[in-house]
Amino acid sequence: MATVIFTKNLERHLSCPSQQVSGTTVREALDNAFSDNDQLKSYVLDDQGRLRKHMLIAVDGSTISDRIHLSDSVNEQSEIYILQALSGG
Amino acid sequence: MSAVALIATRKGLFKLTEHQTIEPVGFSGVPVTMMLASKHHARWYAALDHGHFGTKFHASDDEGVHWQELTAPAYPKQDDKEDGDSLKMIWSLEFAKGESSNELWAGTIPGGLFYSNDGGNSWQLNQTLWQYKQQQQWFGGGFDEAGIHSICVDPEDSNKVSIAVSCAGVWVTENGGESWNNQSKGMRAEYMPPEQAGDPLIQDPHRMVQCPSDPEQFWVQHHNGIFVSSDGTKSWQEVESVEPSAFGFATVVHPDDGNTAWFVPAVKDECRIPVDGQFVVTRTRDGGKTFEQLNKGLPLGLSYDLVFRHGLDIDATGDQLLMGSTTGNLWLSDNQGDSWQCLSNHLPPIYAVRFIK
Repeated sequence: MATVIFTKNLERHLSCPSQQVSGTTVREALDNAFSDNDQLKSYVLDDQGRLRKHMLIAVDGSTISDRIHLSDSVNEQSEIYILQALSGG
Repeated sequence: MSAVALIATRKGLFKLTEHQTIEPVGFSGVPVTMMLASKHHARWYAALDHGHFGTKFHASDDEGVHWQELTAPAYPKQDDKEDGDSLKMIWSLEFAKGESSNELWAGTIPGGLFYSNDGGNSWQLNQTLWQYKQQQQWFGGGFDEAGIHSICVDPEDSNKVSIAVSCAGVWVTENGGESWNNQSKGMRAEYMPPEQAGDPLIQDPHRMVQCPSDPEQFWVQHHNGIFVSSDGTKSWQEVESVEPSAFGFATVVHPDDGNTAWFVPAVKDECRIPVDGQFVVTRTRDGGKTFEQLNKGLPLGLSYDLVFRHGLDIDATGDQLLMGSTTGNLWLSDNQGDSWQCLSNHLPPIYAVRFIK
């Protein structure tokens, strides 16, 4: 199971502990992480399901390249960090 | 005792009490782009722009003591488009059926108008207007994408709603949003090639207000000047020769006198600061034939305050005006702008002020 880790700055707005989720891509992993939490999803993804403009996802030390479809691969040992991008101020 | 008001800023929501003190309400450090409250019930609304985390919508049922996050308006999923629309900002909020109702209109960037019939718990995009936006070349004014910043619900017929869009001019529905007409005739756009200047779809009304006691009377502070309509937006007349400038963002109209309106002038386009650094408010009492410059109590030295679209409000009596600037200054007038009292020099940049009416 991959691990999804949220920026602690999100904790100010809603509960978002780290999660163990299944999936072979970032999209699948996040679909599972958000399956019962639309509110948390809305803080990370926009109306179209894309990564928000000023958010950043890093998988195993590399920033993902597909911000629209979130097709970057993950494996069972992956750590998926969901962070604020400095572009957002 | 003064009227109670809310102040939306780049760093949270504040309240002006009846004792003219300023108290933080909530959302410290978070940009609050719009708020809505009424004397008729305890439910308050606030729209946030988290920057990183997106636009959020909150409501309080105890006048701001406790808040809960509700579902924000959302644009339809478009699986076939990688660049499908997404909510960028809630720029305007109004009661749709009178101030005691829980039916709301929300104007947004990128140009969608949303309706809620349950106090903001759920939202429906007005598809008719949205189709126009999709088919026409609406464009951003002040932001990357088009936005609805003014929603005027007719005080005598709530099915008649007039909105102003930066940039797509003025749109009016007379059937609660089932159909819309662009009603920008008479406006002009200097920022486009001359042959396009009169195109109603490229107009940039910065702010539009409607006189509650004379609903045919509208005022617009436009990118290219001041415009007034006395026939319910069917036609607009430009008000010329306004000193020190006809450029600005904010306007309010007296609730009982449609010929009396206020503006906050600035140098247009190139620098957007008060003309010669002298911060003044202008007022007409004769429908735009003449204007007074009001500065008693306002900064006498160089000032760089800019008042955004929603940074000026008037209370229900028409006597009190509240004005907040990008520099975090807040002023109150209790004599229709003849003189002003500075209530704070230290607020965050102010986006909107609203009396609770």
